[in-house]
Order: sequence, then structure tokens, then C-alpha cells
Amino acid sequence: VKWSDVPGFVEAKEAYDETTVVVERERLREACLHARDELGFNVLADIVAADYLGWGGKGVSGYVGTATGRDLNLPATQGLQALPQLKPRRFSVSHHLLALAHGAPRVRLQCWLDEGEPVPSVVSVWPAADWHEREQYDLMGIRFEGHPNLARLLLEDDWEGHPLRKDYPIGGEPVRFSDAE
Amino acid sequence: MTLAPSHPAGRTRRWPIVAPDIYEGSRIPERVPTVLDVPEELRDSDDLLRINFGPNHPSTHGVLRLILDLDGEQVVGLSAVVGYLHTGFEKNMEAKTWWKAITYPERIDYVGFQNNELVFVLAIEKLLGLEVPEKATWMRMLLCELNRIHSHLVFLGTSALELGAISMFWYCFRERETILDLSELVTGARMHTRYFQAGGLAEDIPAGFFPECRKFVALMPHALDDYLALLDRNQIWLERTKGIGLLSAQDAIALGQSGPVLRASGVDWDLRRDSPYLAYDQVDFRVPVYTGGDVYDRYRVRMDEMAESTRIVRQCLDRLERMEGRPWIADDRKVVLPPREELHTSMESLIHHFKIVTEGYRVPEGEVYVAIESPRGESGCYVVSDGGPRPWRVHFRAPSFAALEATATCVHETLVADLIAIVGSLDAVMGDTDR
Repeated sequence: VKWSDVPGFVEAKEAYDETTVVVERERLREACLHARDELGFNVLADIVAADYLGWGGKGVSGYVGTATGRDLNLPATQGLQALPQLKPRRFSVSHHLLALAHGAPRVRLQCWLDEGEPVPSVVSVWPAADWHEREQYDLMGIRFEGHPNLARLLLEDDWEGHPLRKDYPIGGEPVRFSDAE
Repeated sequence: MTLAPSHPAGRTRRWPIVAPDIYEGSRIPERVPTVLDVPEELRDSDDLLRINFGPNHPSTHGVLRLILDLDGEQVVGLSAVVGYLHTGFEKNMEAKTWWKAITYPERIDYVGFQNNELVFVLAIEKLLGLEVPEKATWMRMLLCELNRIHSHLVFLGTSALELGAISMFWYCFRERETILDLSELVTGARMHTRYFQAGGLAEDIPAGFFPECRKFVALMPHALDDYLALLDRNQIWLERTKGIGLLSAQDAIALGQSGPVLRASGVDWDLRRDSPYLAYDQVDFRVPVYTGGDVYDRYRVRMDEMAESTRIVRQCLDRLERMEGRPWIADDRKVVLPPREELHTSMESLIHHFKIVTEGYRVPEGEVYVAIESPRGESGCYVVSDGGPRPWRVHFRAPSFAALEATATCVHETLVADLIAIVGSLDAVMGDTDR
């Protein structure tokens, strides 16, 4: 497959027997249309976003979460043996595509973005994207532009913050009627 | 707006789609694919009744809430609300070491627990590049197939129960009990076994498992005959399921359906055959495909799958019985706990044990997506590692999540009573949907 024909193509990587095609964020929908119609990837298996805030920082992977953030000095907390490769932006959004064809070919279309930048919605390409995009919006705060109904999916409508972000506090939750109130 | 992939007339249909069109065009709602809007002409009608179906209705298989607009008994509007069982598994797993996180996935899809555990363990192994001993591979396959039967039995029992066939529930749960007993015999736990370890199995297969499992394999075909005798010529069951909840092959693909729902819509697709993992390329089984796309065909696919799974279990037993005394876990001291007895005599082993238990093993940097055929369809696991002892990001592609997206498409001119059959036939586990 010639990945360089994908609209907005940036680079193609092979790792762990998987193909990752990085595309420009703005042209993601075109890239998906191309993958569906020209390359035969007719199923959208999954959409997933990852937050790389603090990626590669010392001790990051062994952090112990507390109400105020990470504590690098707790026991069993150790740094990385080698620094991982730096990421181009804070968030990655990966579309895992599958072709219902011999050998079950798969590809990961990936785009990178910073806080506040929207990603084009692919609901008009695969209706299945509806909930997947809502979930990533809900938990990771990725805005999908052109989604017909971009509301929270799993959390309550009035939930504050996006829990899967790395800067979302874990280990504590605000208590009503505490001393401060 | 065209939603479904276009298939120009005249082009010959090719594998994997084997079904003729069961309806013209696409039935996926136009505005939002998962929301059925009330038709324009009915919107101001006084007869319209908006009700909450769930979240605590017994036939929603957990806590699914459907907001229905009813015109008499007719469902004219539908919108699903999920998230009542959201427990933040993915976030929690980021704070656990890799090997402690293995306990989480089985609680996500608590009916197909063994398969969910497998997909996460396979993802870890893919990053680590671990070679798994043959015995562990076959035992994993055996347990996953038993788990598939277990899951389909729960589907069959509860779906029939909801349509009034109460006795089915007891029969199915009788066989389910046998499977759980087998599970207890092997792993010590009836559900959520945590028996799969990165590198193989947590412990060797206990003596006495094979004869007990043989008994089950001999019993299951008769049990399936019983179920068929009870349901398959039962006029009420047939009328409640045939032609209900139609989903065409094109719509199923566009909606990302997988597993039995996809195969009942006439798409010949099964990851066990088409993208083999474990040792599925070395066993003989058939992939049942039906072309009706209705509730009945989804039930038939699962019935046939139980028979096929029983065959796979038998083949696994044939292999495993000849593997006695062989290793059940990889010999990699950086990842796998050393044998218990060595801790008394070997300083090295004690250090390895201590390091794995406290700090956890380190998994090489990278991102992988592993997909397997769980009882509900494509169960995928996306993990990112930064090279440390904890996962950076874990995400599960839940087949139930995808299945529920098809609800609005399936309820085309249905009665509210049929909605129960439809939701049941999609076989969504809410823990899997909400994670």
C-alpha cells in the first residue's frame, strides 16, 4: 500500500507489526475517506486519544498519584531507565481501521494536536464514530469538529474536567462542606 | 448525507459479505447515527409518550437507559444513555503496575472475562516480545472457548427469560454452573480468574481437570439439543424473534459491528479464522454465518458457536493431555515470578520476586493495538508504554459499546415489546460498554 497518497500524509511507521500513518490533523477526514474508499478499510474499529503531558519526565511512569498530583518521592517510585522518544504534541488521536478482507489488514491513522485544537469528525465517514468520538471528548477533552451531537457520553453532563488527562487529579475528590466553605 | 459506504448496484458482491440486501438503502438515522428522531409529522402529536426504559429495567442487561418516544406501542424515537457503570478502569490501570493491571480487564466485560483478560495479556506480551509456551497457548484457548460458551449461555438464558421462556434460564444456568465449576477447579476462582499471566499461565493445570472437562464436553451437545428442542420450534419464540430488529450487512459494517451481530447480518468474518491468534489456525472449526440480520439469526449464530466452541475445547483437550509436565509459563526471570520453592534457597530468585512484586516489570516503549474475537465481537486493547513499570495509557475497544450503537438502526418500526428482544440480541454487557 502506498501510504504517501493518503491526504495530509506526514509519515508512516512500522512497529510491533503494526502500521501507524501520521496525518495532518486538519486533513484527517479526507485521509479517512481515502482509507475507506481507495484502500478498502471499511471498518472503524476504534478511536482513542492519549495524553502525553509529562511524557519522559523523570520518574513519570512510576508516579504515585495523590490529590495534589504526582509524588515522585513515595516508595516504589522509580524513574525510567531510558527516556522515551519525545512526542510532537501533547495529544495523539488514533483511528484504528480494519479492512474486512483477506489477512485482516489494519492501520492506525494518527494525528497530533495541542490543547484546544479540534480534530475533524469522521461520523460522516463511519457512523460508528459517533460514540467513539463522544467518549474521547468526554474523557480526554478532544473536540471533534463537525460531530452532530458532541455531548458527554459516560460521565454526567455537568462533570468538570476530563479524567483521562494526565493533569486530572487522582486519589482525591473535592468534598462539599469542607473547612474552606 | 450518505452514511453507509456506497456500494454501486451491479458491482458483484465479494467475500466477506454473503447476504443479499435485506432492506433497501440504509436505515442508520440521518442526523445522529445513534439517535432515532421522532418523524416530523408526529412531533406535535398529543399521543406521543416519552418514557425512560431503564436504567433499572430488568431487561436492559444491566444499567442501560433508553429514552423512548412511543406512539401507542410503536417506538418512534430512541436515544440511548450509557455511562451508569463507568468506573474509570482505564484511568485506574495507569496507576497500577502492568502485572497488577491484569485484574482489571476481566471486570470490564464481566461475562466474557477470560477473553478480556487475554487481550490485555496479549498486548503486554506483544510489547515485551515474550514467547509463550505451547501448553499455555492451548490452555488459554480452552478457557476462552469455555468462556465463550458461558457468555452465550448467559445471553440465551436471559434473552429467553425476557421473552417469557423462564425455563430456558434455569437450563442455561445449569450448564453455566458446570463451566464456573471448571473455572474454579483450574484457577481457584469462579469468575475473574486472573489466571493468564504475561508469559503464560499463573499455575500449572491441576490434576483432575481433564476428566471433568471431558465430562462437560460430552454433556454440552446434549444440552444444546435440549435448548433447540425448547426454543427452535416454539411458535412464540419464533414469532418474537424472526424478522425483528433487522440490520443489513452494509449497515452493520458502517456501524462497526463485530462478532455474532455481524455474522447474523451475513458477513462472514471471525478474527479467530481471519486473523488467527493463539493457536486458532491449528484447530478445526466452522464460522456460523446467517443472512437474516434479525434477532432470530443472532440467536442461531450464538447457538452454533456454542457447538463449535465445544469442538475447539475437545481439540484443546486432546493436545493438552499430551503436554503433562511441560512448562506453562515462559522462563524469563525479568517478567515471570520465580517458582515459589526457589525463594528459600536462591538469593537471585528472591531479588527477582521482590522486584516484580514491588516495582513491577518494565515493558518496552511503544504502542500496540491487539484485537481478539471475544464472545461479543472484536475486543481490542490499545496500550501505550513509556518503558516504565506502569502502562501510560490503556484503552479497550469494547464490542458491547459498538453493538449498542446499532440500537437506533435496529428499532425500525418496532413495538416496544420487540425492543426488549432487540436489546437482548445485541448482547451488550454494560460493564464493557461503560468501562
